[in-house]
Amino acid sequence: MSEPIIRFENVTKRYGKVLAVDNVSLSIGEGEFFALLGPSGCGKTTLLRMLAGFETPTEGRILIDGEDISRTPPNKRPVNMVFQSYAVFPHMTVAANVAYGLVVDGVAAPERSRRVEEALALVKLDGYGGRKPDQLSGGQRQRVALARALVKRPRVLLLDEPLSALDAKLREAMRSELAQLQEKVGITFLFVTHDQDEALAMASRCAVMNRGLLQQVATPSDLYEFPNSRFVADFIGSVNLFEGRLAVDEPDHAVVVAPGLPTRIFLDHGVTGAADSAVWVALRPEKIELHKRGDGRAPPRLEDTPEGCNLVAGVIRQISYLGSESVYEVALEGGGAVKALRSNLTRRDQEDFTWDEPVWLAWHACSPAVLLS
Amino acid sequence: MDESWRKAKAVFAALSAPPVIWLAVFFLAPLAIIWGYSFGNNKSLTEIAVDGTFANYIHAIKPLYMGIIFKSFGFALITTALCLVVGFPVAIALTFASQRSKAWLLLLIMLPFWTNLLIRTYALMAVLRTEGYINLILAFFYNALSRLTALTGHPLAAFQPLELLHNNFAVVFGLVYVQLPFMVLPLYAALDRLDRSLLEASLDLGAGHLTTFARVVIPLAVPGIISGVLVTLIPSVGAYLTPDLLGGPSSQMIANVIERQFKTANDWPFGAALSFLLMYMTFLALAVQAIVSRGRRGRREA
Repeated sequence: MSEPIIRFENVTKRYGKVLAVDNVSLSIGEGEFFALLGPSGCGKTTLLRMLAGFETPTEGRILIDGEDISRTPPNKRPVNMVFQSYAVFPHMTVAANVAYGLVVDGVAAPERSRRVEEALALVKLDGYGGRKPDQLSGGQRQRVALARALVKRPRVLLLDEPLSALDAKLREAMRSELAQLQEKVGITFLFVTHDQDEALAMASRCAVMNRGLLQQVATPSDLYEFPNSRFVADFIGSVNLFEGRLAVDEPDHAVVVAPGLPTRIFLDHGVTGAADSAVWVALRPEKIELHKRGDGRAPPRLEDTPEGCNLVAGVIRQISYLGSESVYEVALEGGGAVKALRSNLTRRDQEDFTWDEPVWLAWHACSPAVLLS
Repeated sequence: MDESWRKAKAVFAALSAPPVIWLAVFFLAPLAIIWGYSFGNNKSLTEIAVDGTFANYIHAIKPLYMGIIFKSFGFALITTALCLVVGFPVAIALTFASQRSKAWLLLLIMLPFWTNLLIRTYALMAVLRTEGYINLILAFFYNALSRLTALTGHPLAAFQPLELLHNNFAVVFGLVYVQLPFMVLPLYAALDRLDRSLLEASLDLGAGHLTTFARVVIPLAVPGIISGVLVTLIPSVGAYLTPDLLGGPSSQMIANVIERQFKTANDWPFGAALSFLLMYMTFLALAVQAIVSRGRRGRREA
């Protein structure tokens, strides 16, 4: 990571007795597209608003470019924000909205209009300068808010739930557009979202928060594949979680015994946990293979896994057809249920497995993630 | 809703009849009678002949009466301006107060409404008169100062109480006191609807609080300002009790003149003409305001 542009140092925010942000330390580098991700009430918005200057930390410091701005008023900070409601001034034209920050900064008229034109072109709103906000769609209003913030050339652009108010199709288009925009202007983007898909799709790095605490800071793929806690594993994507004991823990392999799963879970790597300690195993549905079991078929062979591991028998109880893929809920022999996901690679794929069909579930030794908390 | 009442005409008629009849019998009919009187003249002490004369109106536009009408508008405009200046900060304080204190502040503003206007005006007299609280407090400080200067051998002259009652000041003061809630409530309603994130956006874009107030808060509060000004201005023009009790001989307003026509002078036709002249002028002012604001909106949209 390059030299951090934003540093949160042991930042805590209390509202009376309520702890909104709990001792968060976080560095964000120049040019990152950073996501603050978490369920509602986790403190992510408070963290963003403290950076914008609308809230003051109870404890700790916030630094931008090494300078403590914890108590700087919002209008003196080198950050600009795109509000969740967009907060486009309804009594001004689009051009006046975008020019607002330059007018209050005393930028001369010729330069001002040139920069307003540039900013409107950047968000593809050329020619909309004379319109009033009530003549724009929600997506266009968001572009006005983006242009209005970017025209000030902030060190960091803050986005509060940037896509939550758009409809599904537009949201998807806006995801890639925001990412392209960020690449083009080269400004650090920090956005807050409760939508894990949004965070994974856009961010170069994510911080997952829960109850005011920073749970994990990692790239999207690391968050998904190597979660560090049950909370992260469960919050990001869909997961099968099994509570168990660490039965074998060698440097090159480990075995977990989970009462909820009638097979031993074999891992191709060691776990740095005390032997026999309680652990949780997270297994993503798409990493579980589905094999037919009826008519006395032999169980599938797994090359990287010893006999009696990573293989369970069950019956399909529920199928959720999602178009590109199907989610199968499989009831295990001996109780419990596991979700498995299968891509519908051909147009007849979803007909292969049906309700009440006996199946084998198998997974590779590298697939499960072991969680200590 | 707008469809269903058309289908149930009988129900709609039954529901709307009582208020319509009430308004017709107790408001429109008396108003029409007074309007008729304004074109009549006194036959005897109790008899008025409506003969279509304009003599009452010609009498009413004489400089003496027009002067009082303009003075009434002047008092009303000053009152409205003061209410706006005083009321805006109050409305802002209300908007940003916590839910608990908001209820208490609203109660404090509404409380005078529940007290009779006459009692409130007499109470104001107790504050303003020469032996009133303001003069008592001023006298206390003046006398204390006088005792101090007496130590140096130069005592001040005896305290002269301020003449706060029975003059133009007292009338405007009383009108502001009476009309302030009518200004505060529409302003508060407009400010409370204001999206807070607009204020945050303004601060975020580098504007200070004063700039935000001038460029964002005031323009967006314009509808509230207009309705506050109208509900303050129009009753102030026709104020009767306040100038009657607090005003002096030279601070009479048009309503006091009208009252004298109906009572002591027993000249109902002239009183009616004066009343309607005031109403015509108020309507004219409202029409001009509407045309101006429509013109401005039209230009903005163009």
